[in-house]
Amino acid sequence: MQSTALPTPEQHGIRAHSDGPIVPVQTRSERFRSTDVADFAPITGREHEWKYSPVAAFADLTSGELDGSRLEVEATDAAGLSLSWIPRDDARIGRAGTPEERASANAWSSFGEALLVEVAGEEAKTITVTRSGLGTTPRAAHTVVEAAPNSRALVVLRGIGDARLSENVEVVVGEGANLTVVSLQEWTDDSVHLASHFARIGRDAKLKHIVVSLGGKVVRVNPSTHLAEQGADVEALGLYFSDAGQHLEQQVFVHHDAPHTRSRVTYKGALQGEGARSVWIGDVLIGNAATGTDSYEQNRNLVLTDGTRADSVPNLEIETGDIEGAGHASATGRFDDEQLFYLQARGIPEDEARRLVVRGFLAEVVQQIGDAELEERLIRALEAELQGS
Amino acid sequence: MSVLEIKNLHVNVETDQGTREILRGVDLTIREGEIHAIMGPNGSGKSTLAYTIAGHPKYTVVQGEILLDGEDVLEMSVDERARAGMFLAMQYPVEIPGVTVTNFLRTAKTAIDGEAPSIRTWLKDVRGAMTNLKMDSAFAERNVNEGFSGGEKKRNEILQLELLKPKFAVLDETDSGLDVDALKVVSEGVNRAHANTGLGILLITHYTRILRYIKPDFVHVFVAGKIAEQGGPELADRLEEEGYDRYHVAESATQ
Repeated sequence: MQSTALPTPEQHGIRAHSDGPIVPVQTRSERFRSTDVADFAPITGREHEWKYSPVAAFADLTSGELDGSRLEVEATDAAGLSLSWIPRDDARIGRAGTPEERASANAWSSFGEALLVEVAGEEAKTITVTRSGLGTTPRAAHTVVEAAPNSRALVVLRGIGDARLSENVEVVVGEGANLTVVSLQEWTDDSVHLASHFARIGRDAKLKHIVVSLGGKVVRVNPSTHLAEQGADVEALGLYFSDAGQHLEQQVFVHHDAPHTRSRVTYKGALQGEGARSVWIGDVLIGNAATGTDSYEQNRNLVLTDGTRADSVPNLEIETGDIEGAGHASATGRFDDEQLFYLQARGIPEDEARRLVVRGFLAEVVQQIGDAELEERLIRALEAELQGS
Repeated sequence: MSVLEIKNLHVNVETDQGTREILRGVDLTIREGEIHAIMGPNGSGKSTLAYTIAGHPKYTVVQGEILLDGEDVLEMSVDERARAGMFLAMQYPVEIPGVTVTNFLRTAKTAIDGEAPSIRTWLKDVRGAMTNLKMDSAFAERNVNEGFSGGEKKRNEILQLELLKPKFAVLDETDSGLDVDALKVVSEGVNRAHANTGLGILLITHYTRILRYIKPDFVHVFVAGKIAEQGGPELADRLEEEGYDRYHVAESATQ
């Protein structure tokens, strides 16, 4: 007969996690954070935020010295959009979030000046900020995108050429503003890019945040969104195409922290070729104050060849019962042979049918960017990916 | 004059329980312009015949031939069969997310003709065919079969039939799940294609209902993987009254 002894801590899981000696922080909002790299222990690769990443491939960015000088940027002109460099002690820095891991903190500790993109005015407009020619030196960068109350714009941050870059991007969306931010990674094959995006969304404001990762050896873009005020809304979209030997990762975090906030997270990726990898972690935290939350996150991966690996980890934490809805979905699948059969039965050759299906699968995200020129260019880039290998 | 010949066709399918023989020696010849109805109870192998003709990889031909104007169809890939002039209107058309009907139709037409259709006449053809099938023009911008009702999916199949202009079409239970209005619209589409292009049709159905709108020249009764009886349209009338029961009796008597 079993006695009525109190349960031991082990029975309730209060013990060292199998990932390492540290008990993981259970609540996403209570993760350790600091802007100072010295506050973070050296990376072993077993940490929950690093365990899917090839940490040895970018040790220089997480623990080495980074060049924090101004990045080479080129930007298109548009009325209501302005670009400037501000010193690191400027009050406009540090309002949207704080690093939660070492690469982000290292960039924060190292950048000299921050690039400020200011958005004003209610008419729709687009600015493309292209970063190119960053070279192979490990570098740090900091960008602040600020949308004034009721303003409206599409801001594209594009990366091309070589890069070894760790950066932080802050996005501050003022009351009633409607902002789209596209982070477009088209780096060269050997490039490494680690990015943390921190967004703070004001009352009744809306952010559409889109991560498009196509080029680079290791690309890790982790967007965190703080739905800080009533009626804040985020549409977090992602699109990635991982080729042989490529590691494309995104850790998405949405924090519902005010009543009647809404989030939709949709990340879609295709994997093709030996060693093609993708990682998607989707954390959604619905805080105590976030009554009436409406939230849904999903990740879909389309596996095109053998030898690929897609990790997909949705996490949902709910601290209040009074919500509209919260759901998540994740699916990683091979090509649907019935779709192929259908298209071929209409005379379309197999390779073309495949392209059509993959393009259709990824187009769902592209179609939501809201800029015809960019959408068309991305469709062409995806075509090239499909034909390239 | 085009002709589609099926000779002594035996087809197996792999299931979890092992290999099953579904078709057991099917002989059938369809000439240009002829309408053949294949009728039979559930599980008799009608759909297997349809998918085998189209080349679905799930079905293995173990014996027999399919010839289109003397050419070996079984040697052709699925898309080659379509380009040779074969068409299958599917019972359960699949969804293709992110691919619009417009894009799909143009891609298929280009593949089948070997060149892109001239834009002006093509748009006119598509619009005309859609109007005939009582399809809303917004339909063209929807993704293929995504969120379509049963009736919309069948109309979309017949739309393709009319636009792609094959030599032979297999209609796999195109009538199933259609209300009488949709059945009329779809049947009219089939009859139009037949009248306009001299299409040869293999109409697979469980029910005689659709034969009120599409008049067959020949009726074949399909039981246990082969043709048990054939005749003219009068055979359909007899099936309407008597059902398939007497074939089951005959089948079990021989076993």
